[in-house]
Amino acid sequence: MEKYRANLLMCAGTGCVASGTPKVRDALKAELEKRGLADEIKIVLTGCNGFCAEGPVMLVYPEEIFYQKLTVEDIPTLVEEHFLKGRPYEKLMFKDVEKKHAIPLMNDIPFFKHQVLRVLRNKGLIDPDSLDEYIARDGYLAAAKALKEMTPQDIIKTIKDSGLRGRGGAGFPTGLKWEFASKSQADQKYMLCNGDEGDPGAFMDRSVMESDPHSVIEGMIIGAKAIGASKGVIYVRAEYPLAVQRLQRAIDMCNESGLLGENILDSGFTFDLEIYLGAGAFVCGEETALMRSIEGQRGMPRPRPPFPAHKGLWDKPSVLNNVETLAQIAPTILNGAEWYRALGTEKSAGTKVFAITGDIKNVGLVEVPMGIPLRTIIYDIGGGINKKKKKFKSVQMGGPSGGCIPEQLLDIPVTYEDVVKTGAIMGSGGMVVMDEDTCMVSTAKFFLEFTADESCGKCTPCRVGTKVMLDMLTDITEGRGKDGDIETLEDLSRDIIGTSLCGLGQTAPNPVLSTIRYFRHEYESHIKDHWCQAGICSKLCSFHIVEELCKGCGACLRGCPQQAVVGEKKKPHRIIQELCIQCRTCYDACKFGSIEIKPAIRQEKTALAAKDEGGK
Amino acid sequence: MARLTLDDLKKIKEKQKSTFTLREGGYRAKITVHMGTCGIAAGARDIMTALMDEISLGKVEDVITTTSGCAGLCAREPMVTVEIMNKPPVKYGDLTDAKIREIFKEHIMGGTPVDKYALVIGSETTY
Repeated sequence: MEKYRANLLMCAGTGCVASGTPKVRDALKAELEKRGLADEIKIVLTGCNGFCAEGPVMLVYPEEIFYQKLTVEDIPTLVEEHFLKGRPYEKLMFKDVEKKHAIPLMNDIPFFKHQVLRVLRNKGLIDPDSLDEYIARDGYLAAAKALKEMTPQDIIKTIKDSGLRGRGGAGFPTGLKWEFASKSQADQKYMLCNGDEGDPGAFMDRSVMESDPHSVIEGMIIGAKAIGASKGVIYVRAEYPLAVQRLQRAIDMCNESGLLGENILDSGFTFDLEIYLGAGAFVCGEETALMRSIEGQRGMPRPRPPFPAHKGLWDKPSVLNNVETLAQIAPTILNGAEWYRALGTEKSAGTKVFAITGDIKNVGLVEVPMGIPLRTIIYDIGGGINKKKKKFKSVQMGGPSGGCIPEQLLDIPVTYEDVVKTGAIMGSGGMVVMDEDTCMVSTAKFFLEFTADESCGKCTPCRVGTKVMLDMLTDITEGRGKDGDIETLEDLSRDIIGTSLCGLGQTAPNPVLSTIRYFRHEYESHIKDHWCQAGICSKLCSFHIVEELCKGCGACLRGCPQQAVVGEKKKPHRIIQELCIQCRTCYDACKFGSIEIKPAIRQEKTALAAKDEGGK
Repeated sequence: MARLTLDDLKKIKEKQKSTFTLREGGYRAKITVHMGTCGIAAGARDIMTALMDEISLGKVEDVITTTSGCAGLCAREPMVTVEIMNKPPVKYGDLTDAKIREIFKEHIMGGTPVDKYALVIGSETTY
């Protein structure tokens, strides 16, 4: 077998591919060949490394040196310095923001240091298209153990004892789900995987499918044995082409090598697995809608009971597990329930993967033990707010079904129970961080626009209710809000939550409720004062230059698309309100914080101002 | 691809061991070839090639090689530093293809430093 002295693991997740991995890889390959190093140094393309903000990224083994933001131009120097002369190339290393020095080793970088990898155990460490590399990391040993040494009851007991809860959002105990399906009597049962990740800003499942497809397949084989299913389907959205491609390749390899199909690993167990492409409707992430979609019908939920464990796909007993849930099955079977419980809390065991995005420095994918404070995730791992002078305002958890958590609650431990208490939900793990320039009414409106659009229309509370709420929010953000609107929104929310058919409607008002709960003053200020203090709702704000703070640098003047800013160099500038369209360009351009956001100027005031102008 | 059995899984895992020793750590010995301008000019590339060859031929799983810059003693290049875990590192100088192969057999595989080529024992470790 060929031997290499170094392995270069380049991230080929969707983020890094978009920021240039393929070109950099080609340049690197050519340079290594040119320098005669191609036989000694191997390039491996891996799945998502997680640190998407710094892509394209590469990890050099054995030194474990982390390089980021690679460009084709840097490659010749990098190869000469590091791989030829053995001097790690500082320019491409991660830089500590405060101390300004380079951090060469991956595990010294704060983003990685606080993480514990279980679901993402193979991320950036193996080639997702190599079955051998997955096996080298104990792959399919758990499937062998489950198929050859364990009864379905043994498997279910291990998963129940581990305390693993479904990672799709609701947090239902996985072992219990399997037990229900296992007790159902039927000639055919189905083991299904939910890869229909739909929350805006969430990409945990995509990353797992892309970087470690076999971990999902292995989890499904074990689940199939536990419930007695001989057929399985992975439901993935068609917008994830790379995930689909890697999963399909992994399934093909398993079929060829007897890890899927008849008599797996000579155990006598048979399991066939296929992929079904979803067309991207958000509601198809709901289990009954997903199953209808696989049946070829329009993806719409139906009332439960009967639960899928009794009547699921094609009316046969079925289990649907989330990608992240399934990826944790194999190590739990191999290491036991106690190992699993060793991390996390009593009721929320294990780890959780979060996709951090928004106004945060380290955008990316992280896995942490449950129970750690939310603050640790946002400040120690995420690096805090990405703009220097801005303050943290809120973090949105759980996507369109979740809610916004304010600054004063950042010390809560991240567990299913504690997050629910704040009015948000754990959800699938999306975390959108927002700074003080965010308008919370607009944020609630954004999520409601999404759910109103994605509502399948089957039940009235969701179809009509979300639309009525959205209209009210639109009115509030455009200056047509009335006294009593906040109370009506609260009432409507309760009704929609109480009477909707499926999880989509039952959770859709959450973003509105949680923003009213913590940022009621913003709603009031929008309605009563016609004042969007963040300056986002253009009809409810006006921009003014504070003379004492203005240095007359002209940054706002140059940026203004309306030529509404006037003033001489080095003298305080002024905004002509009649021309201003509230586009915020001046506000974002000003380095001295000299632009003030005031309530909207009402018609009569504008007339006065015009008169004033005329007088001068 | 043939159908796999449990034994096959274990065999594949064993076969991949050296790759993952490189990525996950847990190696027994590390050889650093000093590749400053001086080292390269004096023939450090041949030393690296010889080492890679020995590792391949002997199917050695737990030894890794790496490169570093000039060790500061340019007159004695090509040089390598051999570090066996929990033992003091040994620097060798004035190496040739034959010498490094001898060092590989005696010191890295056999555990006995080759005194006649050694420059110094017990400098800084890098693991």
